[in-house]
Amino acid sequence: MVTGVVAASLASLLGPPGGPLPAAGVAGGASQAAAEWEPVLPGLIVLLPLLGFAANGILALMSSRHSSAALRAGRDWDPFAGADRPRTHTLPTWIGPGVMALAFGLALLNFLGMAAADAHDPVVRSYWDWIVTGDLRISAAIQLDQLSMAMTLVVTGVGFLIHVFSVGYMGRDPGYPRYFAYLNLFVFFMLVLVLGSGFATMFVGWEGVGLCSYLLIGYWFSDREKSDAGKKAFIVNRIGDVGFLLAMFLLFDAFGTLDFIPVLGGAEDHFTAGGATITAITLLLMLGAAGKSAQLPLHIWLPDAMAGPTPVSALIHAATMVTAGVYMVARSSVLYALAPTSQAVVAGIGVLTAFVAATIALQQYDIKKVLAYSTVSQLGFMFLAVGVGAFTAGIFHLITHAFFKALLFLGAGAVIHAMHHAAHHADGHLDEQDMRNMGGLRRYMPVTCAVMWIATLAIAGIWPFAGFFSKDEIIWYTAAWAGAESNPHATLYAAYWGLALATALLTAFYMTRLMVMTFHGANRTGKGASSHLHEAPSVMTAPLVALAALSVFGGWINVPDALRGSFAGLWGALPMSEWLHHWLEPVTHAAAEIQVAGFGEAAHVAPAGGGEVAWAAISTTAAAAVVALAVVVVGRRRHVPAAEDPERPSGVSRFLRNKWYFDELYDAAVVRPVLALSRWCWKAIDTVVIDGFVNFTGNFARLAGWATSLFQTGQVNMYAFVLTLGVLCVLGAAVLL
Amino acid sequence: MLTPALLLSATLFVIGTLGVIVRKNAIIIFLCIELQLNAVNLAFVALSRYTGIEGQLYVFFVMTVAAAEAAVGLAIIISIFRHYETVNVDKFNLLKW
Repeated sequence: MVTGVVAASLASLLGPPGGPLPAAGVAGGASQAAAEWEPVLPGLIVLLPLLGFAANGILALMSSRHSSAALRAGRDWDPFAGADRPRTHTLPTWIGPGVMALAFGLALLNFLGMAAADAHDPVVRSYWDWIVTGDLRISAAIQLDQLSMAMTLVVTGVGFLIHVFSVGYMGRDPGYPRYFAYLNLFVFFMLVLVLGSGFATMFVGWEGVGLCSYLLIGYWFSDREKSDAGKKAFIVNRIGDVGFLLAMFLLFDAFGTLDFIPVLGGAEDHFTAGGATITAITLLLMLGAAGKSAQLPLHIWLPDAMAGPTPVSALIHAATMVTAGVYMVARSSVLYALAPTSQAVVAGIGVLTAFVAATIALQQYDIKKVLAYSTVSQLGFMFLAVGVGAFTAGIFHLITHAFFKALLFLGAGAVIHAMHHAAHHADGHLDEQDMRNMGGLRRYMPVTCAVMWIATLAIAGIWPFAGFFSKDEIIWYTAAWAGAESNPHATLYAAYWGLALATALLTAFYMTRLMVMTFHGANRTGKGASSHLHEAPSVMTAPLVALAALSVFGGWINVPDALRGSFAGLWGALPMSEWLHHWLEPVTHAAAEIQVAGFGEAAHVAPAGGGEVAWAAISTTAAAAVVALAVVVVGRRRHVPAAEDPERPSGVSRFLRNKWYFDELYDAAVVRPVLALSRWCWKAIDTVVIDGFVNFTGNFARLAGWATSLFQTGQVNMYAFVLTLGVLCVLGAAVLL
Repeated sequence: MLTPALLLSATLFVIGTLGVIVRKNAIIIFLCIELQLNAVNLAFVALSRYTGIEGQLYVFFVMTVAAAEAAVGLAIIISIFRHYETVNVDKFNLLKW
């Protein structure tokens, strides 16, 4: 009986009787080709991780005794040494990755259904009215279209692999159930973000992932530095969120709704291209995106976010959450196409971020910091893509980056895992993330080394790995739009193109440096410790291998027509050309049309001459040359363990080692003034004005009490006299008035 | 006929009130309170001639309350006397902050 009711309510939640609401408008002319398509339990994709969060959260509460004991004992304390693990620490192993597998399966099912039906129109499923007030009407609804489907597949697919990896990486952590609860909650909010049917719903997910990011960065919150990093991420993100909120207010002011379909469908009729309002909206949205996606000048939180567990860095700070800004810009592609100035700003911020972060990565020794700056840099590439109107290329790079960067982070996790075990046997302190203490790990962990090389080649842009196609497409589009017939910012875009090319080569160098310092050369871990280095367990290497396969083949989903010939050497082993481009066309074509109308057709030659094939060949050759160069240069350099390294960088390397002094700049420009202001408020306003007022009221009441107490003598006659006097006064007043 | 009665009542009430205020002996104060009550009773009775029987009815209530008050009040005075060996209200000044 009860189960029947639950099932009925669940069914009503997942499939309202109204059925799918075929949405008109945004797909425009493509809609006549659309076939009927019935999504399979789309709400359950979102709901499953939430259920996982609830289950793991309850287990976490049940096991809080272990966690609090562990907080007292320190992070390395194993609560189950020599004893059976309690149920609270075995169930999350199945619940956490389990809900992800189910969600991925369901997402895949829906994706296949959507592909088979060749549906062009987005399907919106509305579950209940969330906010109805005045003119504002926001319903809890999800929108299934090509873009949200692609994002959902990445989030659940890569997320599932990272969950599996976490089973091995976090298995001995006392807060294991809490970890999986947060991770599931994160995926839930991320799915709300990508599947939400309007800016408001997206914002719910946007804030939710920010919260989970904070919780997971500060996961080991008893360590002051780590909990501070969480706070930094949270606060810097708030700055961006202000922009997002203001943009939403402007959009609501213009359209009276925040749903994607009416806003994006009506934008072209509503705004004049290049107008002030649309430029303001898109710039404010970009501020939000810059905060979430760690773009200049709000990138400072991401490197600090590496304080969280490494799988968290892989999932949140590489593959999914930080790409939310790119998704948001791609989702609002129509708005950006109408604001060429904003596009130039987006592209400029993107390429500058890419370049700055890549240079910083050259001089970092912490393996996770290198990857963090690499992520910032690659996110910059994605923003460059959406900034030059290559929305498909941006999403493409987002997807391939999710594969190879998740792989790099998880590989780094496997390395740290091994180093962590070795560190127990080291003489004195051993920084388990410092690459100067590594070296020669290839012999101890061959699988990790192999898959990380694959990811390195992918991110470096070597043909035919995934990163080559996505990055090359971005660089090519930048060049093509620089040469477009009537692009007002042509020279600017040409500069972007040059900077992007340089950054691509820097990428190849710093990644190879990381690989050589970590896996090659002589081992520097120390005599006692190095014998305890070992390959990660198979529960960790299996996701690595899966991601490695994706890093090799992931780029083949969008091979440009021009480069198809390059697969002749692989006997034409190419499933389809420009598949992703065609797949996303219903979402992106409106923006593309606006852009062509404004700028004219993209050029077919680069600013420096040469066509797409030529530049693809040049860039992959150059990248390969840089990889080889880095192998030689870094391999020849004599590395010493961190403890013996005098570390006196000078000139440019000191500038880069100190990350362009961004933190110091913020310290001087923001932190110190705020502290000074706070101190002034404390000394002047708080202690003088507020405390003074509070003390005055207290003193006044005390004085008044003392004065009136003089009348209270204890003499009954006196009381009777006063009483009589009072009665006479009242009577007198009654008579006179 | 009414005016003299009310005048007498008012005079008695004022005398009673002054007695409560100025006298120090607790028994005298007590008697003055009784005087006030009876002044009010007189006013009730005198006015009942014009307004109906209710005035006389209230007198009985007042007398009952006065009797009860006398019992309790005298008991308190006796209790205080046992403690202080005086009924001078100037000596009882504990009823303050």
